[in-house]
Amino acid sequence: MENTVLKAEDFNAYFGQNQILKNIRLEIRKHQVWAVMGPSGCGKTTFIRCINRMHELTAGATVSGSLKLYGEDIYKMNPVLLRRKVGMVFQRPNPFPTMSIYDNVISGYLLNHIRLTKAQKDEIVESTLKRAALWLEVKSTLHKRGTFLSGGQQQRLCIARALAMNPEILLLDEPTSALDPISTAKVEELVYELKSEYTILIVTHNMQQAARVSDRTAFFFLGELIEQDDTKVIFTNPKNEKTQNYITGHFG
Amino acid sequence: MIQPKNKLTHLDNELHKLKAESIKMWALVLKQLHKSRTSLVNIDKDLAREVILSEKRVNAFELKIDRDCEDIFALFTPVAVDLRFLLAVLKINMNLERTGDNAETIAQSVVDLPAHFDRKLLEITRVVEMFDQANIMISDVMHAFDKEDTLIARKTFKKDDLLDEINDNSTAIITEYIASNLDKNLTGQALYIYSIIRKLERVGDQAKNIAEEIIFYSEAKVLKHQPKGKKSGLDE
Repeated sequence: MENTVLKAEDFNAYFGQNQILKNIRLEIRKHQVWAVMGPSGCGKTTFIRCINRMHELTAGATVSGSLKLYGEDIYKMNPVLLRRKVGMVFQRPNPFPTMSIYDNVISGYLLNHIRLTKAQKDEIVESTLKRAALWLEVKSTLHKRGTFLSGGQQQRLCIARALAMNPEILLLDEPTSALDPISTAKVEELVYELKSEYTILIVTHNMQQAARVSDRTAFFFLGELIEQDDTKVIFTNPKNEKTQNYITGHFG
Repeated sequence: MIQPKNKLTHLDNELHKLKAESIKMWALVLKQLHKSRTSLVNIDKDLAREVILSEKRVNAFELKIDRDCEDIFALFTPVAVDLRFLLAVLKINMNLERTGDNAETIAQSVVDLPAHFDRKLLEITRVVEMFDQANIMISDVMHAFDKEDTLIARKTFKKDDLLDEINDNSTAIITEYIASNLDKNLTGQALYIYSIIRKLERVGDQAKNIAEEIIFYSEAKVLKHQPKGKKSGLDE
């Protein structure tokens, strides 16, 4: 059980009366990269926003069923503490515009009033920027605003910011859809490198990306989890006809 | 295929693994050929039986490499040189498997050889010389594949001349042998050697096919169905 990072059992999500997710059952193990894919409106973004409890920030949003992080019900946890354990990177790079690159990386500690010595801060900044494959590009300009970086660099900065809190799982919500192809390739390579240390869930509408970066793939359609399997199996011999139709481009 | 880089991508790693797996299969097929040759030269039926038993390992490699290629196509949708490499590996895989089959069939012929084998048949047909040349060709294309050296690959086409010569002469030689030795046992032996020569000629063809694929993926040139002189880059 220690290997199970996230487990969803009969999990449902609603916006008012509208059911967005239906009886989701999923188990994510340590050091796996999961791709969550499906056509627009299938519930994939809602699913990951439930994991870090951003879903409930919308008026009228409710959930039922079970969603556990290392065996602990996330809806019984303090959401602030939960969001330290669940790192999130969004579609649009969003470094804090008033902060330097340095402060962006340790912003999780600053905003949570966690005191660190200068040496500790320096160590966190350097190690996470190295892990995000950004250190060499920014080490001499750490004092500059994060917004001075290119789109791809900003996104890697956001990944570093998430990694700085040593999350138990990293959620990436379409992290490359706003990026150019070269930056996209760099972020994908970063995900491939990070999986030896982290558990990652990436939402993507780009099937080829899902195929390239993930170990396991979950296919959602109209709020249901239609199929989940090793990515190789999904893309060579999916069991469900809907999955086959989606990946062969016959709908969605 | 892959230019040296400081950092290999995920796809690069998968292609490197595929190449390594192909080389392992190649080494096994070469071993099968060498053992078949030795079994023929020494009429060593036990050694021939080893070759027959090992053939399933060659088949297992073929299935695995096919699956690996399928996975890479599905997961990475490779393009350009990477796509050509995968297409080439699929065809090389098939040719190596057939070469393995030929080694096995030759070994089976050795096992089936009647008693009191007339070694004169080996000399007059030059089948051992043909075997050596076929093995050299398969070995050469393996090096060409490993080093991505199309020059070595191109030299394979000319080496096939010797196999053609021995094959072309074999009908007359075997016919004369049979006519001069009206003995059922000797006729049987001669026909087995004839069959082995045919198989070795196929091994030569497979080496050439592999050479064509190496040149295809390295240079994006299609040499299939071209005259021999054009393939080797030499004027005939």
